[in-house]
Amino acid sequence: MKDIVDTMADLRINDFVIKIGNVNGTGSASANGLLMKAIFRMGVPVVGKNLFPSNIQGLPTWFEIRVTKDAYMARSGAADLVVAMNAETYKRDLAEVSPGGFLLYDDTWPRPELHARTDITAIGVPLARLCNAKFDNARTRVLMKNMAYVGAVAGLTGIDVSIIKAMVEEMFGSKPKLIDANMTAINLGLDYVRQTYPEPLPLRVQAMDATRGNVLIDGNTAAALGCVYAGATFGAWYPITPSTSLMDGYKSFCEKFRVDPETGEKKFCIIQAEDELASIGMAVGAGWNGARAFTPTSGPGISLMSEFIGFAYYSEVPVVLFNVQRAGPSTGLPTRTQQCDLTLCAYASHGDTKHIMLFPANPAECFEMAVQSFDIAERFQTPVFFMTDLDIGMNDWMIPELEWDDSYQPDRGKILSAAELEELPKYYRYEDRDGDNIPYRTVPGVHPKGAYFTRGSGHNWKGGYTEDAAEYKEVLDRLTRKWEDSADAVPGPVIIEASKPTNRAIISLGGCDGAVREALDRLAERGIELNYMRVRGFPFSAEVEAFMDSHDEIFVVEQNRDAQLRGLLINETAVDKTKLIPVLDYAGMAANPAFIIEGVTAHLVAEEA
Amino acid sequence: MTSMSKPLIDKHLPRNKLNLTVRDYEGSMSTLCAGCGHDSVTAALVQAFWQLDLPPHSAAKISGIGCSSKTTAYFMGQSHGINCVHGRMPSVATGANAVNGDLHYIGISGDGDSLSIGFGQFAHAIRRNLNMLYVLENNGVYGLTKGQFSASADIGTKSKKGIANEQSPIDPCVQALTLGAGFVARAFSGDKSQLVPLIQAGLMHKGFALIDVISPCVTFNDHAGSTKSYAHTFKYYHPLVHTDFVAHHEEITADTSEGGAITVTMHDGGILKLRKTDDDYDPRDRAQAIETLLLGDRSGEIRTGLLYVNEDMADMHAANHLPKTPLNALPYEALTPGRAALAKLQGRWK
Repeated sequence: MKDIVDTMADLRINDFVIKIGNVNGTGSASANGLLMKAIFRMGVPVVGKNLFPSNIQGLPTWFEIRVTKDAYMARSGAADLVVAMNAETYKRDLAEVSPGGFLLYDDTWPRPELHARTDITAIGVPLARLCNAKFDNARTRVLMKNMAYVGAVAGLTGIDVSIIKAMVEEMFGSKPKLIDANMTAINLGLDYVRQTYPEPLPLRVQAMDATRGNVLIDGNTAAALGCVYAGATFGAWYPITPSTSLMDGYKSFCEKFRVDPETGEKKFCIIQAEDELASIGMAVGAGWNGARAFTPTSGPGISLMSEFIGFAYYSEVPVVLFNVQRAGPSTGLPTRTQQCDLTLCAYASHGDTKHIMLFPANPAECFEMAVQSFDIAERFQTPVFFMTDLDIGMNDWMIPELEWDDSYQPDRGKILSAAELEELPKYYRYEDRDGDNIPYRTVPGVHPKGAYFTRGSGHNWKGGYTEDAAEYKEVLDRLTRKWEDSADAVPGPVIIEASKPTNRAIISLGGCDGAVREALDRLAERGIELNYMRVRGFPFSAEVEAFMDSHDEIFVVEQNRDAQLRGLLINETAVDKTKLIPVLDYAGMAANPAFIIEGVTAHLVAEEA
Repeated sequence: MTSMSKPLIDKHLPRNKLNLTVRDYEGSMSTLCAGCGHDSVTAALVQAFWQLDLPPHSAAKISGIGCSSKTTAYFMGQSHGINCVHGRMPSVATGANAVNGDLHYIGISGDGDSLSIGFGQFAHAIRRNLNMLYVLENNGVYGLTKGQFSASADIGTKSKKGIANEQSPIDPCVQALTLGAGFVARAFSGDKSQLVPLIQAGLMHKGFALIDVISPCVTFNDHAGSTKSYAHTFKYYHPLVHTDFVAHHEEITADTSEGGAITVTMHDGGILKLRKTDDDYDPRDRAQAIETLLLGDRSGEIRTGLLYVNEDMADMHAANHLPKTPLNALPYEALTPGRAALAKLQGRWK
């Protein structure tokens, strides 16, 4: 029996972080998923973050599971129990254990150096030896080693093994042999720690009732569902991390819901294009032809799509672009998160162009805003950018179960039917008949009177080619007004007032939301009160401007180097830029509150000094 | 000057089955140079559509950028047209076609648009067997930017300034054949009797139909030493096979017993009658087609006609199992899984 309570911290129930270091391509994702979901099924809120390399097999990967009874949405930055499964990263994993924490490693091969830190406890479990003795096949041994640590972690922290067993049964339902093998491995780890360390760790998972009515889902899947519920029928794409799972999701939901069981007819079309130049062209073609069309991509894809984006903007074709942002510039860090394409998408393409953007903060908003994106794109007849990121898109988030209102009808905007065209004396594509800056469009083939020539070259309100200065300006100015009008159609900001009056605030967006909310709690504990506004759409509405007017010092928290949200606020509103203080987290990791707290307090300290 | 309207003198013009004259199939005035080969192609398109008795709003005209791409405004004025970005016509056609396969998709492109900036999209539209008529108006030069060689310029052909091209040309027909196109033709803008039936056959072909039309640029590539001039093309012009297109309602009178004739029933209507010339050429043999084109290059002959046809290939719609009702016409109720399905689906995330 070994004693592991030398450095035992205070007992922490449902409030700690497990971090698992592994080698990618070894099947660790399912093992980590099991642990996270088991905790969730025990009724305890969780946050999961997968840190993975841009590689298929053999490089380091980490998975963080934050057990958070308070249901915080962000990572905490701590690592209380580190499961070190990758000998290559032992040094780094050891260094990352939070003081008072624990390091679990495979002591099939003794590693005295892992016992070097006196402020943490290293726990050895001979995972490889246990699995090698039980399983013959080399690949099976590797996979089962992961299951063995699931058992060990469950045993050490009190995760209910019967829940894990139920999940393994769900996972391998039709393959009883696999259920047995996996449970054997889980029990190897579980039995070993129970015998060797009869006292569980002071990091404890205890059943709660705080996850009922919630689901664990990633943002790309939720956005894909949004596309299905929005009635989108056409998607074109070129594979790119981290957007790929969005199209995978759309495809699987369409296969489930949109295939005629009798005829095999598919009520959707997905085209894997030859590149992003083509995928956006296809989506534009489908949008022009009256379907709800989209393309999922990431920053490099947007760069390639830029010419078509300007075309769709100028010729007024609705299309939705899902930008699952990753760290740039150039190829950058394809498997790390950032909010680094705000400026790019706001003004994508050459010439004077301005676009509409929506900023979901979590998978719940991904679902909701995906639907809104199609409505807005069609109402304003223009490209709409759905600005998500790798953290929202690829990590599982705990959100309230998605709801759908069956009374929803798509807002198709102004489309003239054959009967309406028949009534018209003459149809002109860009005529502002209603004086609301939005002209009527027609779908090809509907009626000969609806025909017009769509062009990216200079055109007048009739749709005819023009080089006349006044005619050209007339269209361009209407486009500006149309874009400005969309400020009231995009989702409005979410404002949270501090408990005491304050002239200081935070403005943020997207996936920073969870980290900001937690930082606000911590700062309030220190007596720093801040109001909070999360912008959810671009162009900015009057409410965004009013919020800035009513504060003297505003921290703009975002995940890019160049303070792009701050730049847009300065460029598109009358705000005094000196009161906007950038707090920039662009290291590629999901946002964590510590960074925000540090940014805010450092500024306040400097101010006082 | 697209604002200029054409004089109306159609009182005595013949009418088709829809009681329409060719004028009903025309578009706005061409702004191309007088004598431009592209205008002859435009006229052939108008005639082909009129003869087929197709409603004048049943086409979707798609083009990229360049002199050829401008011509989509000059025919079928009652159909929608989209003049998108350089070299990207095939992608727009793909998306448009996917959501409504009931229209006749006509892509107009040029040698710059298809063989340089848009070479990738040209190739991939063929791979998908997109159901469209793809007309490549091929003149060997960039006209709008004043006469640079394009990728179809032959080795040794001379620019207006007398400089010889030294880079090997891309032959769109050879490319299309190697990529698996089911309808590959070459024509000359100066021979409407050959071009019109080819256009009709291409429209009725279910799948990707390429017509590479040698269409001389009178301003920048019609001089001595150019292999894309009118004079050169007339001199070396060699139809391999004569094509007659017979619409279904006329077919009773067609003589199918003629010696050497090959009859091909078009998927979307009509019959092709291919009469051999003295060459022993069978346009159903892809390998022979490729070989003939490559040999033709060596002899300097411009071998034209329907070089290859295969009516038995699944087009993009079939491959994607797209519904009979176009996607753009499906009611929302047919597309949403509804509230109950969403509730049920989410069990997997609990």
